[in-house]
Amino acid sequence: MLRDITLGQYYPTDSVIHRLDPRVKLTATLLFIVSMFLFHSFLGYAVAGICLAVVIVISHVPFRFMMKGLKTIWFLLIFTMIFNIFLTDGTILFQWKFIKISQEGLLTAAFMGLRLFFLIIGSSLMTLTTTPNQLTTGMETGLRWMKVIHVPVHEIAMMMSIALRFIPILMEETDKIMKAQQARGADFEEGKLMDRVRALVPVFVPLFVSAFRRANELAMAMEARCYRGDNGRTSMKPLKYAARDGIAYVIMVLFLVLIVFTDKIAALIF
Amino acid sequence: MLYLDKVNYIYQKGTAMEMPALHDVSIEIRDGEFIGVIGHTGSGKSTLIQHLNGLVKPTSGNIYYNGRDIWDEDFSRKELRTKVGLVFQYPEYQLFETTVEKDVEFGPTNMKLPKLEVQMRAFEALKTVGIGEDLYDVSPFDLSGGQKRRVAIAGILAMRPEVIVLDEPTAGLDPCGRDEILEAIARIRKERNITVVLVSHSMEDVARYVDRLIVMDHGMVKFDGPTKEVFQNYEELEKIGLAAPQVTYLTAALMKKGVPLPGIATTVEEAKEMLKAVTGAR
Ligand SMILES: Nc1ncnc2c1ncn2[C@@H]1O[C@H](COP(=O)(O)OP(=O)(O)OP(=O)(O)O)[C@@H](O)[C@H]1O
Ligand SMILES: [Mg+2]
Repeated sequence: MLRDITLGQYYPTDSVIHRLDPRVKLTATLLFIVSMFLFHSFLGYAVAGICLAVVIVISHVPFRFMMKGLKTIWFLLIFTMIFNIFLTDGTILFQWKFIKISQEGLLTAAFMGLRLFFLIIGSSLMTLTTTPNQLTTGMETGLRWMKVIHVPVHEIAMMMSIALRFIPILMEETDKIMKAQQARGADFEEGKLMDRVRALVPVFVPLFVSAFRRANELAMAMEARCYRGDNGRTSMKPLKYAARDGIAYVIMVLFLVLIVFTDKIAALIF
Repeated sequence: MLYLDKVNYIYQKGTAMEMPALHDVSIEIRDGEFIGVIGHTGSGKSTLIQHLNGLVKPTSGNIYYNGRDIWDEDFSRKELRTKVGLVFQYPEYQLFETTVEKDVEFGPTNMKLPKLEVQMRAFEALKTVGIGEDLYDVSPFDLSGGQKRRVAIAGILAMRPEVIVLDEPTAGLDPCGRDEILEAIARIRKERNITVVLVSHSMEDVARYVDRLIVMDHGMVKFDGPTKEVFQNYEELEKIGLAAPQVTYLTAALMKKGVPLPGIATTVEEAKEMLKAVTGAR
């Protein structure tokens, strides 16, 4: 049940997108997010949508798998859209007492929904094609210059990779503990709200105990292997740009130009 | 009686990480049996036993308890879990209460028994596993590893199940603690005439206690029969990463050398008797 959340999960297969340098993918995601705010026309949405679709196809990640991860986000999406429909003023299409639906409202809602949808798909595409490890290495290497202004880049990256590593472990642990307590007659599905909250105590206490134990053991193990932060630390697989990464950067620039350009043209035509 | 009919199980079905764990497993567990389950790491032992009390639902196949399908709409799996007690691998990680006594009472309390009955059962279970009264009010987190394990087992025993399933109850314990736990289980089996399923990595333990042995290999039942008969196939057991007890090899080697033993032995006592008979005859 906990495993149904595919958001932020890695999808292991082989594709050009998977093999790209994580720095490229991070930059691309950032650029894509920024680009979402660069256009306002229907044509712009079409271009962004097509580009996204092409990348999805190249990535070999099944679209169905991505949608499954969105289950938890649908609520947010629909909520935003409803707010936009009812709270935007403009040409009234429909009115009943204080509830008004305007043409502009519908349009904003549709565009807003689409934009959010693109944002979520775009960023989950990155996590689907990049292992958490690569992602943090990419961040650490890509943001190394920030050390000049005393940002503890290495420490943040290390914390992130540990946290990411622990998520599946803790999920598995939760699953196991829940089963073990169910074997002792615990019931998580029935009862009043208070009963259900109380039923979680036998799960959370052992979970916290085990999380602290694991954290302690990990710290010991790191200490035992002489971990002392960034000092003189080298990487076994240092990131190196390949030709395809250069090509990817060029494509990104082209995409930006295309988006801005189509928006200008759309503004001229309509 | 428990009956598994062609049970298949696949972890994370429908995702990229699909992992078949059980394949067409059919097993009959009769009342009063002492069954051992052995198999290589990852062969599906833990997955198999989680089917016995309805914690996981088979991907396909059926499980019957006293003739009723446990996944029927109107079958209470909550009640089944009090009848089929399952002690998980490393059960000490499920302790959560403030005192040992309260933790053991968790199971019977969930059965909605009267307070006095709950307490009585907890005392009895704790006594069975050899936890003294001086530890009843201690926090379970302050106990040693072996003591925690006993308390966790007592937590299941306190529900007085008809079938008790133990997943490697002796993993990580010293030989002395191991024998004590297994002796306690064998004792209550005799006293209450319950059914026991024991998952173990120790061939010696299995040979000593269980009557029937199920060997798992890659999610399939490789052998299922009386312990002694299964160990006759020690050469095949080795091929799937297992072994027979040491004395089985000894007796097999002796027979090859020409010592007229009646057959292979699986426990030291048995080998002793055999050798006595042979040397006495000479
Ligand atoms: N929660 C899970 N998610 C995915 N796969 C799992 C999960 N639990 C077990 N598996 C896989 O199912 C298979 C059977 O695992 P299982 O735990 O039943 O083995 P086991 O015989 O109990 O091993 P061990 O002797 O190490 O306890 C293994 O290949 C394992 O990787
Ligand atoms: Mg196991």
